[in-house]
Amino acid sequence: MPIAHTEEYRDARLVAPLVERIRMRSRKPIRIMEVCGTHTVSIFRSGIRSLLPETITLLSGPGCPVCVTAQRDIDACIALASLPNVILTTFGDLMRVPGSHASLRQKKAEGRDIRIVYSSMDALDLAEATPKQSIIFIGIGFETTAPTVAAALATAKSRSIDNFFVYSVHKTVPQALETLVEDPATRIDGFLLPGHVSVITGLHAYRPFVSSRRIPCVVAGFEPVDILSAIAMLVDQIESGRAELENAYPRAVTETGNPKAKALMESVFEPVDAVWRGLGTIPQSGLGVRQAFRRNDASVVFHPDPGNVQEPPSCACGDILKGIKSPLECRLYGTACTPIHPVGPCMVSSEGTCAAYYRYHPGA
Amino acid sequence: MSLIASDTIGLDHGSGGRISHELTARLILPVFRNPVLETLHDGATLALGNERIAFSTDTYVVDPIVFPGGSIGDLAVNGTVNDLAMCGAVPKWLSVGLILEEGFPMADLERILSDMARAAITAGVTIVTGDTKVVPKGAADRIFINTAGIGSIPEHVHISPDRAKVGDRILLSGTIADHGVCVLANRQGMGFDVPIESDTAALNGLVQAMLDIDPDIHVLRDPTRGGLGTTLNEIAAQAAVGIRIEEEAIPIRPAVVGICELLGYDPLYLANEGKLVAVVSAASAERVLERMRNHPLGRQAACIGEVVEGHPGRVVLTTRIGGRRIVDMLSGEQLPRIC
Repeated sequence: MPIAHTEEYRDARLVAPLVERIRMRSRKPIRIMEVCGTHTVSIFRSGIRSLLPETITLLSGPGCPVCVTAQRDIDACIALASLPNVILTTFGDLMRVPGSHASLRQKKAEGRDIRIVYSSMDALDLAEATPKQSIIFIGIGFETTAPTVAAALATAKSRSIDNFFVYSVHKTVPQALETLVEDPATRIDGFLLPGHVSVITGLHAYRPFVSSRRIPCVVAGFEPVDILSAIAMLVDQIESGRAELENAYPRAVTETGNPKAKALMESVFEPVDAVWRGLGTIPQSGLGVRQAFRRNDASVVFHPDPGNVQEPPSCACGDILKGIKSPLECRLYGTACTPIHPVGPCMVSSEGTCAAYYRYHPGA
Repeated sequence: MSLIASDTIGLDHGSGGRISHELTARLILPVFRNPVLETLHDGATLALGNERIAFSTDTYVVDPIVFPGGSIGDLAVNGTVNDLAMCGAVPKWLSVGLILEEGFPMADLERILSDMARAAITAGVTIVTGDTKVVPKGAADRIFINTAGIGSIPEHVHISPDRAKVGDRILLSGTIADHGVCVLANRQGMGFDVPIESDTAALNGLVQAMLDIDPDIHVLRDPTRGGLGTTLNEIAAQAAVGIRIEEEAIPIRPAVVGICELLGYDPLYLANEGKLVAVVSAASAERVLERMRNHPLGRQAACIGEVVEGHPGRVVLTTRIGGRRIVDMLSGEQLPRIC
C-alpha cells in the first residue's frame, strides 16, 4: 500500500509553513482553477479552502469526466443499453447521470443488463466469457483512462474478440484549457494542472498553451502538501508577474510523460472534435476509435440514436464547469438538485463540483 | 418531490444512508406510525410490567457469505445482539429465520449454523425459536438470514439517540471500515489479497463494562451500514446538536486507508460490524475510555470529538491538516449487500 509514502504529504507540520507562505505572499485577489476532479475532491476533503486567505478563490473546472460528457452522448449510452442482446458495462459514476428521458440506473431497474466494472479489462473478460452477447464498454475519461481502454481494444483485436465494443467519449485536457481562457467570463489567473493526466502526457503537452496564452500553470499531485505547494508556486508566479509551466509533482510527472501509454493510445485512438458539456465543441479534443479498430467501435457498429436531446432545465452545470458560477449560485442547488435527486451530472459524480460542495462545504 | 420519484426500489434504498432514511420516514413510518417506532433507535424499548425490554430485528444478505473474520452466520447473531446492546439491554434470546435457495450446499448451511451457535455462546444469548423457508433456484441468492432478539434493560440505564448534550464527548471503540473493506476486497472478481478481517463481534460485553463505569451513558450506536459518518449525522439530527470530530483521532488501519484510496471509497461511510460510538458526559469520558481500552474489543478506543452548540444537526470534521469541512450523511449507495 502506498500509505507509508503518502503519509508525509499530509503532515500538518509541512502544511502550516506552506499556508503561512501563501498568506504572506498573496496580495491581490486571484482566481485559480483546478481542472481535475480528483483535485476537487482532495481540496474539499482536506479542508484546504478553509485554510487559504480570502484573496484566493479556487474554481473547480471541467475535471470530472462524467460531468463534461455532453447530454447527447449520455443519451447515446442509454440508447446502447436499450439494444437487444447487449450487456452495457460502465464505471459506476455514469449510472445515475440523468439523460434527457432516463438514466442508466432506471434502465437497469427496468431490466436492461447494465453492469458496473472497475476497468475496461473486466468488460473484455466478460466478453470472452459470454461470446453470444455484445459487451459494450463506455469509454469515459481523460488521458488517464484512455490508455487502458486502448489496451483493451488492442487485445480484443489481436485475440479476435468480436463481441467487445467501446463507445469512446474520451477527452483530452490541453485543448480544454484553451477554450477556458478564451471565454472572458472565466477570468482565470492560473491553473492547477492535473497530476495523473500529466503522468501520461508529460509537461510538454502544456508548453504550447502556456507560451501562447502567458498564463501561470503548475502541475500538482493529490495530497494536501502537493496541492498547497502548487498553490504557493502559482501565487509566487502571479505576484511576481511570471507566467510559466512549473512542476509541483516531480516524483511522478516528467517532461515527456509515459511514452508507452501514449504510443498505445495513439495507435488505437485519433483526435476528433468533441462536444463538452458547458464548453461546447472543442476541436481535436476527443479521442475517436481509429479505422483499424472499427469492428470494435460501438459508434460505428451500433449507431446509437440519442433521440430528442434535452438539457436539464435551469441546470447551471455548464457555467459551473467553466468556473463562471459556484454551485451555491445555482438556483436548483440543494433544493431541486441534491445527490439523491440530481438534476445535472455535477451533482451525481463523486468528482462533480456540486456533489463535492454538497458533501463537504459548510454552506454560504 | 417524492422519493418514490422512481416507481421502483433501487439498491440505494438499502444503503443505510439518506435514501434509506427517506424510505423509512416517508413510506414505512406513516404506515405503522406509533411512538415506539418513531424513536428510530437500533431497537424498540418496551415496558412489560415493571420490566423494560429491548426488541430488535435485522436481516442479513451479505455477499460473500463467508469472508475473513466470519460469515453471514456470525453477522446475523452479532448484529442483532449489538442492536440490543445499543439500547443498553442485556441480550437474552434470539429467533432465526432462514431463507434458502434451492441447491444451496448442505455443508455450507452446516458451517453457517455452527458459526451462529458459536457466536451465540460467545455473546451469551440463546436461539430459542426459528423458521426455515426454501425458494426455487434464482428466487434468492444462496442464503438470507433474519434474526430478532429480546434483551432486558437494567433499571438505571436510559440510552437514547436524542440524549446527546452540548459538552458530551464522542468515544469510538476502534478502527473504522474494517468490515466494509473486507467484504469489498473479497467480492468475486476484485482480484487482490487484502490482510483485513471483518470486525464482526458481539459488543454486549464491552457495553456492560462501560455501563459499570458510567450507568448514565447518553447514546450508544453501532455504525454499521452507512458507516461512522452516517451514524454521527443521525445522532446530531435526533438530538438537534452539532458534532465536531477530529480526523486525526479516528482510528483506522493503514491498509484500509490504502484500499479506500485505490477504489475511491470514503472509510467514514463504510460498514463496521464490531464497533460502537458512545456519547458520554465530559465528566466520565476519561474513565469510560480507559475501561474500553482494557476490554479486548476496545483496545484502540479513542475520543474522536465532542457535542457542540453550533451548527445543530451537522457534523464538522477538523482534517488532519487543520482544515474544516462538513461530514454529510451517506447519500446514494456506497456498497450493496454489505451485511
